[in-house]
Amino acid sequence: MYKLPFITFFFLTFFSLVNCNQKPYAHGKIMYENFCVNCHMEDGSGLVGNIPPLAKADYLTTNADKLACIIRYGITENLVVNGKEYTTPMAGVPQLTDVEIANIINYINHEWGNDNGYTTIKQVQAQLEKCR
Amino acid sequence: MEFTKFTTMKLSNIQSISLLLLIGVLWSACQEGPKTLPILGNKDEVNGKTIYHEIPDFSFVNQDSMEVNNQTFAGKAYISDHFFISCPTICPKLSKSMLRIHDKFKTDKNLLLLSHSIDTKYDTIPRLKKYATNLGVTSDKWHFVTGEKQAILDIAEDYFNVALEDSDAPGGYNHSGRLILVDKNRRIRAFCDGTDPKSVDKFMVDIQHLLVEMETDKG
Repeated sequence: MYKLPFITFFFLTFFSLVNCNQKPYAHGKIMYENFCVNCHMEDGSGLVGNIPPLAKADYLTTNADKLACIIRYGITENLVVNGKEYTTPMAGVPQLTDVEIANIINYINHEWGNDNGYTTIKQVQAQLEKCR
Repeated sequence: MEFTKFTTMKLSNIQSISLLLLIGVLWSACQEGPKTLPILGNKDEVNGKTIYHEIPDFSFVNQDSMEVNNQTFAGKAYISDHFFISCPTICPKLSKSMLRIHDKFKTDKNLLLLSHSIDTKYDTIPRLKKYATNLGVTSDKWHFVTGEKQAILDIAEDYFNVALEDSDAPGGYNHSGRLILVDKNRRIRAFCDGTDPKSVDKFMVDIQHLLVEMETDKG
């Protein structure tokens, strides 16, 4: 008689735990590993002095409206990340679709302790309109 | 009462001593003694003498516009790699691995580092200088060299690396990411995949073995 609530409780707990442990930006992670990881590294640390970090990088929030364009077209101008200047140009990845770019942005904004909020595909497309 | 206390103490002493002994035995079993690294590469037999693969004569220019040649590494071991600054593929990882090795053996005077830039057009001396300064390293430990393009591409082969110009490759070059350990007799003693941190871990143990060998040689 008392078994049913117990079993229900058990399964609910079990499935909620399983679901909560899943990383939500799995596609962004795959894209990151294909197109970004060589320079920005698995742990988002970049390369001392030459390639800026993404982990805990203030640039991601202070320049949130530039990220999509940088990913697609690269960047040659100097930029300052966490108070340090970086001058090595970054190559763009023109073959990425709008959705893929959005997924990458959401991945890096929620990985390595980053918690920079969600970027919608519409926001990404509006950004890309400007730098087309 | 007193007696029981004494025996338990005794027993626990014996127990702890035997435990310590056991740990000691197990620990020493895990310790590797000094290991002699093999001499790698093709060997030739000439008049009963073995001729080993050696790094040939070279002369390049480093980030401080100083000439770097075989004499720069006289009596020392060094790590060599091939890279270029604007490389979008494996190079940042190579530099990161080289930097790990640099930091670990920073104070060891018997070990230097040598990075060859294969993009001789873009990676000018000032750019190499900036790259090195950004990494926080100097030419008394780590040389970033440029030179005649063909000479840099050719010597890659002597370091078991491949470096080719290829307009289809990302960044314009095809090249492999090995880090090479060269001893003071210009012979290659170990190498690793510079893009794989675990491979670099093992490589650093090999470097340590060679440095110990060099110390013993002197004594």
